[in-house]
Amino acid sequence: MAEHKTLATTGNSVVAEAMRQCKPNVMAAYPITPQTTIVEEFAGFVAKGRTDCEYVTVESEHSAMSACIGASAAGARVMTATSSQGLALMWEELHIASGMRLPIIMANANRALSAPINIHCDHSDIMGARDTGWLTYFAETAQEAYDNTIMAVRVAEHSDVMLPAISALDGFITTHSIDRVDVMDDASVEGFVGEYEPKNALLDTDTPVLHGSFSGLGGPFFEFKRQQREAMDNARAVIKQVGDEYAALSGRTFGVIETWGMEDAEIAIVVLGSTAGNARHVARGLRANGQKAGVVKIRVWRPFPYTELAAALQGVKAVAVLDRAESFGAEGGPLFLETRGALYDAEVRVPVVGYIYGLGGADVRLELMERVYQDLSDIAAGGAAPGSLVYLGAREEA
Amino acid sequence: MTWDMSGMSEWTYKQFPPGAVIPDAGNSDEYITGGWRSERPWRDDKKCTQCLLCWIVCPDSSIHVADEKVTTFDLDHCKGCGICAQICPVGAIEMVPEGCDLPEVK
Repeated sequence: MAEHKTLATTGNSVVAEAMRQCKPNVMAAYPITPQTTIVEEFAGFVAKGRTDCEYVTVESEHSAMSACIGASAAGARVMTATSSQGLALMWEELHIASGMRLPIIMANANRALSAPINIHCDHSDIMGARDTGWLTYFAETAQEAYDNTIMAVRVAEHSDVMLPAISALDGFITTHSIDRVDVMDDASVEGFVGEYEPKNALLDTDTPVLHGSFSGLGGPFFEFKRQQREAMDNARAVIKQVGDEYAALSGRTFGVIETWGMEDAEIAIVVLGSTAGNARHVARGLRANGQKAGVVKIRVWRPFPYTELAAALQGVKAVAVLDRAESFGAEGGPLFLETRGALYDAEVRVPVVGYIYGLGGADVRLELMERVYQDLSDIAAGGAAPGSLVYLGAREEA
Repeated sequence: MTWDMSGMSEWTYKQFPPGAVIPDAGNSDEYITGGWRSERPWRDDKKCTQCLLCWIVCPDSSIHVADEKVTTFDLDHCKGCGICAQICPVGAIEMVPEGCDLPEVK
């Protein structure tokens, strides 16, 4: 077990700390609310000589990710952080980083995308990166943001994986609220992540290689995408193995999904990120009143844990899926679609209701969680679903 | 190292280096791109002063030089961009439509 120091601090602060402890060689980043304090604190570490990381200040997120790609191809351990419009501006490079199999580590402070302009939490930005080929961890708390960031380094750099990874945390709620966090000693984290040994470093001039090649018509482009699919599938086992090792080191358990009350739950909420806490709090109250409520929190979003999710939901009578992002024109939000897909092969087909909530930082009040569980109780008792998609908490015509 | 690319068109996804990395330096020489050309350069040896400006500006290193003199064009890699003809100070290089010197085209 590692030595711990318990801090009262923010998610952004411990993500910056985790990054420093993982000893990146290069960070190229651009500030954007609510991620700014990550790169600001990291810049402080550079200024104070607490890291020998090369810190590259750039003029945009497009340039930030471009610099990260160049540095990673050169053979460096590379990290960055962004949010919202910044992640959107990185979009084309996100595909390039994964296609070039560069294990870049990036924190994302989940925030709404314009328009209208909004700086608050939702998952529109990170869901836009859903299909870019990045491993994606979601944190509920500052502690998870710290833990996810460290584990992501080991998974991304694993020889069976070699993919970039996002450590996502909810903007303001997790990035800026003061939380209780156990931070490990530097030597334990260093020992856990180890040295990065790049396989095709451009700076290794003894064995020159080319990165960024062309694969047009008749070329093996399709085969390279097949490789990425395999790498993402390989990550499933690596994520679990690294999670187990991390649990032994930190004393904190890790699962690609984390369940509360699911052993005998009849009504369950599936959720990503900080709202899992709200759902669990309400479920605990319902349990005290004899209602069998449960919560499934998705901690690893890519690769999506569909087997684990389907297993957790066996035996429930009704499921609510909470999406903090829209997929306009689809049957529901991204998590809803994944959950329904995961349940397609299940033995028992249960009603699944999609809820869109908290867009642009709309408050996730406990009454809203109570309403969701009430809907589920009604369905479980044979009542009708409140529609296939509910805008939870939005003002509607009576 | 020398990367054995034989049979690549039959390779499965397991055989390619991840990330489309090419683990061998300088093998772009083996990629024949001359077929992209619609015009080819033609050099009049009588007009040529051997200033080597064409050799300097060619973006595809397709001007062959021996003993500081232009000898031939590397038509396996020349894409017919015409920069050599444009830069030539004495008009010794002319761009000729590809195929026009073939009897069936005339």
